[in-house]
Amino acid sequence: MDVPLKWLARYVDWNLSVEELAHRLSMAGAEVESIKRSGGDWDQVVVGRVAAVEPHPNADRLRLATVDYGADEPLQVVCGAPNLAQGQTIAFAQIGAQLLDPVSREPRKLRKGKIRGVTSLGMVCSERELGLSDEHEGILELQTEAALGTPLADVLGDVVLDIKPTPNRPDHFSILGIAREVAALTGGSVREPSAAYPESSVPAAERTNVEIEDGAGCPRYTAIMIDGVSVQPSPQWMQDALSSAGMRPINNIVDVTNYVMLEWGQPLHAFDYEILRGGRIVVRRARSGEQLALLDGSELALDEDDLVIADAERAVALAGIMGGAESEISDSTTTILLETANFQEASIRRSRARHTEAGTEASRRFEKSLNPELAELAARRAASLILETAGGSALAGIIDAYPGRVHQPQVVVSQRRIEQILSVQPSVEDVRGILAALGIPNRWLPPDRYAVSCPPWRSDIAVPDDVVEEIGRVLGYDNLPSEPLPGAVPDPDINPERVLGERIRDVLSSLGLREIITYVTVGEDELAAALGDSTDPPGAIVLQNPMNADRDRMRTSLRPWGLQTFAQNQREAQGPLGLFEVGKTFRHRPGQLPNEERMALALLGGESLGSVHGDAARPLDFYDAKGVLEQLGAALGVAMELEADVEDAAFDSGQSACITVRGNRIGALGRVATSIATRFGVDGDVLAIELSVTSLAPLLGGDVSVSSPSVYPSAVEDLALIVDSATPAGNLASAIAGNGLVESVELFDIYSGEQIPPGSKSLAFRVHYRSPDRTLRDRDVEKARRGIVRRLQSQFGATLRDS
Amino acid sequence: MIDLDALESEARVSLAAVSDEAGLESWRVGWLGRRGRLTGVLRGVRDLPDEQRPVIGAGANRLKGVLEEAISARRAELLGAGSDGPALDVTLPGRRPPLGSLHPITLTRRMMERTFRDMGFDVVEGPDVELEEYNFDRLRIPAGHPARDMWDTIWVADVDDGSPRQLLRTHTSPMQIRYLERRQPPIRVIVPGTCYRYEATDATHEWMLTQIEGLVIDEDLSFAHLKGTLEAFVRRVFGPDIETRFRCDYFPFVEPGAELGVRWQGDWLEVLGCGMVHPEIIEDAGLDSQRYTGFAFGMGVERVAMLRYGVRDIRHFYRNDIRFLREFDQFRGTA
Repeated sequence: MDVPLKWLARYVDWNLSVEELAHRLSMAGAEVESIKRSGGDWDQVVVGRVAAVEPHPNADRLRLATVDYGADEPLQVVCGAPNLAQGQTIAFAQIGAQLLDPVSREPRKLRKGKIRGVTSLGMVCSERELGLSDEHEGILELQTEAALGTPLADVLGDVVLDIKPTPNRPDHFSILGIAREVAALTGGSVREPSAAYPESSVPAAERTNVEIEDGAGCPRYTAIMIDGVSVQPSPQWMQDALSSAGMRPINNIVDVTNYVMLEWGQPLHAFDYEILRGGRIVVRRARSGEQLALLDGSELALDEDDLVIADAERAVALAGIMGGAESEISDSTTTILLETANFQEASIRRSRARHTEAGTEASRRFEKSLNPELAELAARRAASLILETAGGSALAGIIDAYPGRVHQPQVVVSQRRIEQILSVQPSVEDVRGILAALGIPNRWLPPDRYAVSCPPWRSDIAVPDDVVEEIGRVLGYDNLPSEPLPGAVPDPDINPERVLGERIRDVLSSLGLREIITYVTVGEDELAAALGDSTDPPGAIVLQNPMNADRDRMRTSLRPWGLQTFAQNQREAQGPLGLFEVGKTFRHRPGQLPNEERMALALLGGESLGSVHGDAARPLDFYDAKGVLEQLGAALGVAMELEADVEDAAFDSGQSACITVRGNRIGALGRVATSIATRFGVDGDVLAIELSVTSLAPLLGGDVSVSSPSVYPSAVEDLALIVDSATPAGNLASAIAGNGLVESVELFDIYSGEQIPPGSKSLAFRVHYRSPDRTLRDRDVEKARRGIVRRLQSQFGATLRDS
Repeated sequence: MIDLDALESEARVSLAAVSDEAGLESWRVGWLGRRGRLTGVLRGVRDLPDEQRPVIGAGANRLKGVLEEAISARRAELLGAGSDGPALDVTLPGRRPPLGSLHPITLTRRMMERTFRDMGFDVVEGPDVELEEYNFDRLRIPAGHPARDMWDTIWVADVDDGSPRQLLRTHTSPMQIRYLERRQPPIRVIVPGTCYRYEATDATHEWMLTQIEGLVIDEDLSFAHLKGTLEAFVRRVFGPDIETRFRCDYFPFVEPGAELGVRWQGDWLEVLGCGMVHPEIIEDAGLDSQRYTGFAFGMGVERVAMLRYGVRDIRHFYRNDIRFLREFDQFRGTA
């Protein structure tokens, strides 16, 4: 909303700089997005008078003007404007002024110069040179009483505040609304514009009537009839006001409706009464297939969702958005029907969204939800201005169809509540003064309360705290006290799943992987591809209006974006690339919100770092990923078991395993199938660890206590065993670890070949024996070893390699 | 009189000739052992004439220390076998263990969470896919309300089973309602979470964003507590000298409503929206709004991250280019 300060000054006085005014308005909720100055560049341009005009000695089309500009000596300038005449008040640019070049439109500095042999000591300006308009046929003649020498900016310049209203304040879409803010913020008061006008003896009701078929869509419709108007340009002051607020002057009738809309925030529309068939107004839903030609030249095909203003036969305006072309005010219009109505915001929004991209000044206001009480105030004000500027006579009375009339409730707020919420103690006079300046009717109900009602231009004073806000914001939030929170700290609400997600982030990032956060939406194809499934993956949540039609559903897996991000980063990675994400996946649940499962996905690939020190690089493989998983398990204090064969088509068979914890499957580990990796642009192998954080969380924890390190020495022995090649090494290790004296066991060598029977392999384990409570003797260790070997023999057919 | 200097140089010469551990041992036995030559000298001290005894005694004891040092130095030399070797080129690259990282949004979110935790806030989460009722209606934003325009919404396609409309939450505020359904005052909680807006992306707008919502309700809390809490938060995040201001703003679920701005590199920037919890929301939770009051706030994690780290384009965050992610290695451990 453009608020020109000259216009604003008609209703309120202030004694602040523009910047301070804009600041206070912003702080109180009427955010000033920008301050636009017209005339701000007119340094050295002043009001002057053409004292004399003489011919140029050397050029027929140029003349010499003697300009009096308030200085001791007038100056002579060379001027080519045909309309130059003695006695004109003009804009005089002195040497050094910044003007727009009329041809290039670029700013340039005015210099002293000789034109056809005559020195010119300034310039009499056209509108184009001042940047006011395109007009360059002649010089600008000023209509001002200002003294000669007055800076032009003081006469023609203006400052416009561009204000961005919040949705609850449609009154900030009006100059008067802003004037009330200024009054409240500066301790002033508002001069309400006059809305009084004489009425003829003929009742308007004898000539027209208004019927509302859709009372929900149109809570109120008022009509005033004015006979005998003379349509012509509106007076200069009104044209200037409209131009300064960014609206184009049209004629006195239309200009008044626009002027009052900007003044009060209430849109109005004037119909040429003679065009209205049956001389009456019907507010109704459009009929399917009904056509309407609008003022802007567009042709609309309407349907039942559109609310229209119709006469007895056809639609003549799209309600609350734009008038029709046919009933438009023309030069020959003599009788007008002035509409000031209220329309339901949702209805206007639907219709506007269908028919116009940006909406209109009218629809923008209706969509903010106007108070129907405002209509009559604006109607009377417009009638008075039409009579003033276009003559004619107003028929008696206002036709007022008001099906949506609601009792405007009184709000009672206590002084105690104001103090409770704001932590300040304003006096009763302060509170009432603020409310009065805002135009909010109020009474003091001793000992502690105020009765407040919502004024017609607002609808946001409904509960006591709404009044509290008015007081707080006018006092200034920055002037209110500030205190730390008192009282007890509430008990926490533990969410093991969230905590586990954070732990996994910490562990994986400390193992050299980088966290990524990707978008939650995926395409059907990429989802199916990442799951290794050509069919439609079940249960995905499809979006009605996705940001991108190619990604129209919520992910059921972190894989698609993970693989894509992996591929995109491969070129930049030096050495191994490890990425991970912890995030939600979404699956449909009938009749409920989706199941949101928190997942973790880690992807590893590329080569280990070689070095100039002779370390060779090698491609990462399954066991690098498994190592990450083992460290994760160690850090989470949970034993993660692997079982071969994941039965997941996204992994290469024989290269993957499912991850279980105490028999519960919680994820998968393995090499992503080459066809899938390639589909996402991955170069080479990529290993994936996928875990359900949601499934793992309940399996963690329980009571744990750490054990103290034994103070007794350990004994170390190597055990080389020959077993069938197919026997998993981990099973032997577990069996060895099952012995009570074994502290730890690690596999340090695998061998098959010479000296080993075909179909067998040799596994060498290093076994650490230790007791928590004594030093082991040789025979203790020997006994333990014999037990282990016996067990391995019976369980796995293992034989000691040395024996 | 015994010539200790000659003894020392004889011992040093024979030590220099030693070339292995066995040689060292026999040298030690020969000089410092129980029957070693120096041991013999020390033993004989008490038989010396009075005037020689203190001089020889002290000198032999000193020599014992010297020889013990000499043999351990020689042992170290032999172990080092040949060699300090040629000097290292210390400018060669080291073997670097890989450095992992947390995403900058995680870093920032955690820093913000920790700041609130320090002030006694609990941390909870809510669903990303929400009911229209919680995202809008119960926050006093009914269908058709002009304020719905403040949030461009991504809707879940209707599944035609008659269930209520679902959407991707446009803010974390629905969790205010959900938390009030299960907790009684005192309430002091923040809700981090991802939110979604049907909004064109540019350098300062991203359709997916991370928000932190806050809700505090207790007896007789006032706007002063809102200010005190949020000013403390902003000081901890942006530094103790940060300038703040509270501007009147509108959110349907608070009254009075405000936005908190900070002066950042000369400009006032909006950091969060806030306000006193609307009394109808408190009454809807079954609480007496005369007795219980409180405040709520919401802020974008990306916005804070952009300010703190000088990120100029919000779209970097979800592109996950590791060249960008690596930039945050310098902030490891700050969250």
